[in-house]
Amino acid sequence: MKKAKSANTDENSGAFRRPPSDQSLAIPPHIHNLFDIPVDFCELLDQIAMGVVVLNLERKIVVMNQTLKALTGFSQKEFCGFTCTHILRSNICIQDCPVLRIDEKSGPKCIEGNLINTERQLIPIRITTAPLRNINHQIIGFLETIEDIRLLRELDETASHAYKFSKIVGRSPQMQKIFQSIPSLAQSDSSVLITGETGTGKDMVAETIHQASNRAKGPFAKINCGALPDTLLESELFGHQKGAFTGAVENKPGRIQLANNGTLYLTEIGDLPLPLQVKLLTFLDDKEVFPLGSIKGFSADVRIIAATHRNLEQMVRSGRFRKDLLFRLNVIRLHLPPLRERHGDVQLLLDHFLNTLSAQLGKKTLTLSPKALKILLTYKYPGNVRELKNIVEYAINICSDQQIRSKHLPSYLLNPEPFDMSEAAQQTNVPQAPLSDETGFIRVEPDRNWSDTEKRMIMEALIRAGGRKNKAAASLGWARSTLWRKMNQYGIR
Amino acid sequence: MASKKILIPLHENDVAPRFDLATEVLIVAGNGKTGSAEKRMVVLPRASADQLCHLIITENIQTVICSGIEDDYYQYLTWKRIEVIDSVVGSSDSALKRYFEGKLKPGDIL
Repeated sequence: MKKAKSANTDENSGAFRRPPSDQSLAIPPHIHNLFDIPVDFCELLDQIAMGVVVLNLERKIVVMNQTLKALTGFSQKEFCGFTCTHILRSNICIQDCPVLRIDEKSGPKCIEGNLINTERQLIPIRITTAPLRNINHQIIGFLETIEDIRLLRELDETASHAYKFSKIVGRSPQMQKIFQSIPSLAQSDSSVLITGETGTGKDMVAETIHQASNRAKGPFAKINCGALPDTLLESELFGHQKGAFTGAVENKPGRIQLANNGTLYLTEIGDLPLPLQVKLLTFLDDKEVFPLGSIKGFSADVRIIAATHRNLEQMVRSGRFRKDLLFRLNVIRLHLPPLRERHGDVQLLLDHFLNTLSAQLGKKTLTLSPKALKILLTYKYPGNVRELKNIVEYAINICSDQQIRSKHLPSYLLNPEPFDMSEAAQQTNVPQAPLSDETGFIRVEPDRNWSDTEKRMIMEALIRAGGRKNKAAASLGWARSTLWRKMNQYGIR
Repeated sequence: MASKKILIPLHENDVAPRFDLATEVLIVAGNGKTGSAEKRMVVLPRASADQLCHLIITENIQTVICSGIEDDYYQYLTWKRIEVIDSVVGSSDSALKRYFEGKLKPGDIL
């Protein structure tokens, strides 16, 4: 194989010039002769919605863009001077480096592989490598683009379905109306407010809107406004400057900045604290982010999708939510109907979950007995689709026959309490009773899936066994390795 | 620092970018002060994270210094009470030096 010749950049002929020190980005590189004044090369790269890295002939990193930093998790500048293998951490770089296959006559090479980011996730990627040439056609470096193809892989795995839109299943008139409106909503850049009871699929709709939009190739950043304390949420949303508070040892970009050219999904927006509502409002007006402790703002092109199960109008009236923020978010309102109002969808969803969950749990597809079906069709589902899914998952786990009978359904379904409509939209904080008693009887609560149930079973077994894993595993009827695997799966330390 | 047994997956002289793709490892026993650290290279028959975990357990390794590692393997090793310092970028020598100085931490670029 003919190797690329080493060539120095011609100061007079090359359009791309770096400052003398190759290891430092103290003086940012500029592109000359493109416009009347030099253009900041790094800023240009940061506008691209896929990972981009420029390598020299020794495969060392010269510069990489913000998207690639977000993908790999490396946010420092010290990576300049290291070979891309150490930062990308891709199997392609180690097993079949495309740069080594490029010679003087080569064009771009495209290979699919994976990388491990600093959050220890294995991400499928597609790397396209192209040589960078000077005006004498000598190779002076390489340009690599790195695409995150997780979504493509997911789409490959998911078979198309007649009554599906992305991952949402439904054939009721209400859902068909929503399916019809999503493509046109996606094409607009206006803010979207998704409302609906818990378990109606707000997260799925938000992701679907992003995937159907022109921003699909950009990031989809999700943040739960109710899950973090105020100060942490501010840092997470807007980022922080080095030294802004104790422990802020380096600059950290916020989710808004990382979602540049993509979509920011704010779930549980009703739980956003009032001071942050003001800051979010400022961002929506100016499209500029001011990280914590910074006086310099960054502009970010981000589409906002917000969701809540709360009644924001009522919150505005009681002074817990800003009226002006509601007006800005409420440009497009999408209300997801509760399952009890979606006529015909319960049967469809039951069939869908029986098929998919049986396959996931490694069981043969089960059927429902007429009595079990009648119970499931007449139940009101206050936890909506999530609750229905949990019931099916529970039944598949419990059932050892070919057919799910009424005895395999959670006991609360057999004697349902009268359904209170007003209760559905309210949050309750009822202390949880133990899931299983000494006899090993398992009780699954509404709106709690099998994973949660199993997790609580493990926790309770560990508590009863005083932390001794052998004893806990024995009480659950599992081997110690099964207990370890499940603890690992649920993040129980 | 008491004597410890450390394992570093290698890629040439550097910490291997990927735990699951390393085909050789450096095993070091010592405390770094006396200069009596015993170093041993092990060439693996093939790259495999499972086999590497098995080697770590059978060799009674106390600390693993590596770069990219999948969460499953990280959780498994830490559950086995093995200290894992991951996302370390640089040469194995400088990683060891900083480790014995008590300064090496996850994410260090050396």
